[in-house]
Amino acid sequence: MNNSWSADQPIVSIKDVHKSFGDLEVLKGVTFDVMKGEVICIIGPSGSGKSTLIRCINGLNDINSGSITVEGQEVHAPNLNKLELRKKVGMVFQQYNLFPHKTALQNVMMAPIKVLKQNKQDVEKRARALMEQVNLQGKEDSYPGELSGGQQQRVAIARSLAMNPDVMLFDEVTAALDPETVKEVLVAIKDLAQSGMTCILVTHEMGFAREIADHIYFTDRGVIVEHGPPATFFTEASDPRTREFLSQIL
Amino acid sequence: MLELFTEFFRQLAEDHPRWNFIFFYEPRQWERILKGIRYTLWLSVACVIFSVIIGVVGAWLQNSSSVFVRRCVAGYIQFFRNTPPFVQLLFFYFALGQFTPAVTGPDGWTEVPIVSNVGWAIISLSFFAGAFNVEIFRSGIEAVPESTQEAASALGFSRFQTFKDIVLPLAFRVSLPALNNNLVNLVKTTTQAIGIAVPELLYQCVTIWNDFPSAMYPTMLLLFVTFIALVGVLVFGMHRWEKAMQIPGYGH
Repeated sequence: MNNSWSADQPIVSIKDVHKSFGDLEVLKGVTFDVMKGEVICIIGPSGSGKSTLIRCINGLNDINSGSITVEGQEVHAPNLNKLELRKKVGMVFQQYNLFPHKTALQNVMMAPIKVLKQNKQDVEKRARALMEQVNLQGKEDSYPGELSGGQQQRVAIARSLAMNPDVMLFDEVTAALDPETVKEVLVAIKDLAQSGMTCILVTHEMGFAREIADHIYFTDRGVIVEHGPPATFFTEASDPRTREFLSQIL
Repeated sequence: MLELFTEFFRQLAEDHPRWNFIFFYEPRQWERILKGIRYTLWLSVACVIFSVIIGVVGAWLQNSSSVFVRRCVAGYIQFFRNTPPFVQLLFFYFALGQFTPAVTGPDGWTEVPIVSNVGWAIISLSFFAGAFNVEIFRSGIEAVPESTQEAASALGFSRFQTFKDIVLPLAFRVSLPALNNNLVNLVKTTTQAIGIAVPELLYQCVTIWNDFPSAMYPTMLLLFVTFIALVGVLVFGMHRWEKAMQIPGYGH
């Protein structure tokens, strides 16, 4: 591994990224940096390319041009060791995507055991601690189908954390949840953010973004229209598109 | 007790010549039946296992990135699904059998082919049922959401690990009812091994009624009852398995 990367450099660096699906160009030159420990929220209307962008960061989508590096390593290099990338970058999805045939605890334990080949006893100990961290003690032996959306999403967070990632990606993780369970998931993410985890969130929860983000990016039609720290972003947005979006949503 | 049993059937054959349950009172015929049942069981178990393996491997290869591999699997399915299994059996035994090397038998002078007629029956029937199993597993695999596989991929699972630990266990559950049907068919189709003189149950029964035409109805009855029992056990087992694999809160 080429590790000229040090913690004072951006942990995630996105430069002029273009991405098309067929004729449809969804990312038209996106650039930004994320420092270690930063919490970034990406907001914007549906179809603005937010999810695509976040999926490009861990290589679930490829890019057409530009560059994305994680800890100095090019994500879309042809010789990339995908496993190394996936160990560094955890991802939580809108639809939780838990493994339905495994209990909550097994879901959390699976990747460290199967992928990292770690010792089962150690993994279990850590998995139980993670279940507690997301406030799910007592639900270890429940299957995903027996859990509420909010609980499943918290299992999904614990499952990602079990790989000990350096960066966490959250792709509209509360969008599929009942309003009353949104909060428990947000609390789990907030705890994580406050513990110093680097987080990149795509979200529609403006209040939440305002509360936890260090920096907010507003995307529309494949470009970053405006960005800034939440204190100024929400009150002093200058671009008419941003203002229109915020007026609809706040 | 046994005396009474054999005596009853001996008497029945005398009183009603069409109902000669000869295998119930003549040990030699009973031996034939037992031997037939053993072969039928052996064929069934071996073919079920191999056809399921073929199904899983075929379904995996169907998702291969190589066009050539995918075409081969498709060709295999087309051939075995669209031709009569009996013709396949004859083809394997008489056509391919000629090209397999022979070795000297235990008596020191006869040439014995390394694949016996039983071997060919197992091979041909497994490939026949396997072609259907590939399709059955494929439908199961298609029922596993792309997003679940994506989650595995995001956790660092390789393509093979995702297939083995996530896709297959889920697809298998979805496939079980259809698999059940195909395996039932397979067990029944083992009787066509009579075509290449595999001494399974039908072969033994035909031999018996050739020797004793009066035993024809009873041996047919025996065939039906045995297969009902055999398939019954299989179906019972499969249902139990289906139940045991049910995931709480999933799909039901």
